[in-house]
Amino acid sequence: MNIHAAADIPTSPADYSAIAPELAMLGTGLVLLLMIALKRFKNDSWYAAIAAFGTLFSAGWAIALWNAVESGEVGDDHVRFAFSGMVVADGFGAFLSVLICLAVLLGILLSDVYLRHENAGKAEYYILLLFSAAGMQFMVISNNLVMMFISLELLSVCLYILSAWHRDRSDSQEAGLKYLLLGAFSSAFLLYGIAFLYGATGTTNLVGFEQYFAENVLFSSGMVLLGMVLVVVGLCFKVAAVPFHMWAPDVYQGAPMPVVAFMAAGAKVAGFAGLWRVLEVGLSAYELDWQPLLWAIAAITMLVGSVLAIVQTDVKRMMAYSSIAHAGFILTGLVAANEEGVRGALFYLVAYTIMVMGAFAVISLVARRGEQDTSLEDYRGLSRREPLLAGILAFLLFAMAGIPGTSGFVAKFAVFGGLAGAERWVLIVVGTLASVLSAFFYLRLVVYMFMEGLPLEAKTPTLSRLPVPGVSAVVLAVTVFFTLQLGVLPEGLLDIAGRATLFAG
Amino acid sequence: MSMFDIGNSPDYTAYLALSVILFMIGTMGFLLRKNTIVMFMCVELMLNAVNLALVAFGRELGHAGGQIFVFFVLVVAAAEVMVGLAILVAIYRRRLRVSADDLSNLSG
Amino acid sequence: MGDYLGIVVMAVLALSFVGVSLGVSALLAPKRPTPEKLDAYECGIVSDQESVERFPVQFYLVAMIFIAFDVEIIFLYPWAVRMRALELFGFFEMALFVVVLLIAYAYILREGVLDWAPKRTLDRETLMQGFRVEADRAKAALSEQDRGRKSEAA
Repeated sequence: MNIHAAADIPTSPADYSAIAPELAMLGTGLVLLLMIALKRFKNDSWYAAIAAFGTLFSAGWAIALWNAVESGEVGDDHVRFAFSGMVVADGFGAFLSVLICLAVLLGILLSDVYLRHENAGKAEYYILLLFSAAGMQFMVISNNLVMMFISLELLSVCLYILSAWHRDRSDSQEAGLKYLLLGAFSSAFLLYGIAFLYGATGTTNLVGFEQYFAENVLFSSGMVLLGMVLVVVGLCFKVAAVPFHMWAPDVYQGAPMPVVAFMAAGAKVAGFAGLWRVLEVGLSAYELDWQPLLWAIAAITMLVGSVLAIVQTDVKRMMAYSSIAHAGFILTGLVAANEEGVRGALFYLVAYTIMVMGAFAVISLVARRGEQDTSLEDYRGLSRREPLLAGILAFLLFAMAGIPGTSGFVAKFAVFGGLAGAERWVLIVVGTLASVLSAFFYLRLVVYMFMEGLPLEAKTPTLSRLPVPGVSAVVLAVTVFFTLQLGVLPEGLLDIAGRATLFAG
Repeated sequence: MSMFDIGNSPDYTAYLALSVILFMIGTMGFLLRKNTIVMFMCVELMLNAVNLALVAFGRELGHAGGQIFVFFVLVVAAAEVMVGLAILVAIYRRRLRVSADDLSNLSG
Repeated sequence: MGDYLGIVVMAVLALSFVGVSLGVSALLAPKRPTPEKLDAYECGIVSDQESVERFPVQFYLVAMIFIAFDVEIIFLYPWAVRMRALELFGFFEMALFVVVLLIAYAYILREGVLDWAPKRTLDRETLMQGFRVEADRAKAALSEQDRGRKSEAA
């Protein structure tokens, strides 16, 4: 028998345009690696600039892909599968790819300031950031569980290293190790779920699942359900949904600030994209089974995140629980499983990415060198010392709490609108309750900054003015502008998000 | 029929049962043990249980996909362990201990 | 609901295993904790000291890098088996894969991970000095031999 017979392998033409944004991201990372190997710039900011340039390039490709999808150039139904169905070029993927590029850009700007400030800079940092972003981008376009697993690991492994980046803070290394251990643990669950789905259907392709369930009546779907539950558990670990959130507070507190901001935004985007693709494309036949599961997870995630944030005395930990609560709100959009809900979830992801980047820009300026001043006490009377910074942080906190006039309000309104369309009234009540609870701890921080006087035993050095580097000022200006803009005029983005919901049409 | 007859090899559910048992042992070990390196080994055990399930399914389905997936799992597991050991070495050089109980600066 | 029976049975079995084993050991085992008992279990040997204090980190680095490159080779095997069937497309994809690995290798070389020993500085002056010492030693040995022969002859 000739094992080299050519006939039985379908070699579809490689469609590199479908993965151009990811290739740009990976390529920039490899170029940086070569540059370190060949000759070194003295100043790490050069590497940051190249990384930012590569990210812009990637965003350009993603926007081009979006336009191609919109104009129907990519194929019927605005969808085109590439690399034997491993990845898919569609509006959902292109939209989130651009969002990830935004998170990377803001992350690079924050990191440049932070690394110079902390003297922890090395060009390899930016390579890891870019590779992690490429993992996120691959995750949002993957149409195959193997692809999804590898992208998830690419993004996670880079984030583990970035969490442990700060060599002089043992908290950072501890955070990296904890994240790695629990991340690997959750990956094992995800993988086991994938194995069961593969065993039940004979494929790992999401569209293949859809076809299989359409064509076959399963005698018993126990294995599919087991696989589904394990996959949901694995992905919920990554987006820090309760009860799989235990790692988040420790990692958020220990990891370097720009990494936390990037992780909070990017890993959430990738995790939710993966979850939505698996559930809506692959397992739509089991909608009646996964909806109650997501319902329960969303409800307890919102409540637990909001309640536990109230008892925190460290601002970074508080932001961790706030991020958990936001994960719950985004999940409600997927529970609704209708166009308004998913549109709301996508809008929420954009709004949250911008808010969290801005908030961490301020927190990292207030914390000073070594991330010392992160307790609530350090914010007492901040408005006296730094009226502008305190005002910006207060505005972003209002947005996170969902005060009208900010992007946070529109986002919550949009996901709840989806829930109303799906007649999930109980979840709306739970979500409103959680919003009120979460408003409490955001407003408490604002009260600390504006209403309270300076601490009695004021440390004199902290009374000196905080230096605000130009790069940080850019981040703050951008985040405040978009938070306001999306709060006042959200129609444009809502419309774009509405066309990226994975629902045909 | 001799006991070496390949036609009598066990049903794939036997491999699946073994895989479930291995996965459970790994999970329990991860949750109960304190030594970080042992915890790593437990995660590896869980991943190997997954590999066994994938290969068993692939054979049952007459499909190479399961075996190819195992390659990717192996590579990813190696990468994770490398990063984990690197962080452990960094922590060890600072504190000279690697038990999970000693990692308690962050708590809440 | 019948579909969920397997999950329920598995969950109940797993939880009861945990509950029973933890409960029995909590009930039956006497509790006399000492620092040694609370320490991580190291093959039954009481750890009176932390293991070897100094160890070459270089070894870990090389071992880790070996694992990475060793495992990556796994992807070459399926391609090698089906090389002809995959034609030029497969070849270029594999070439790309190897190039990526080579970039990583160049980085490792440049970072000096594979330099085992401290670098030897061999500038011209020390080299020549070394030669001179050797030459003097050789001359001395020769003249010693000469003297020996002469004394033998005498």
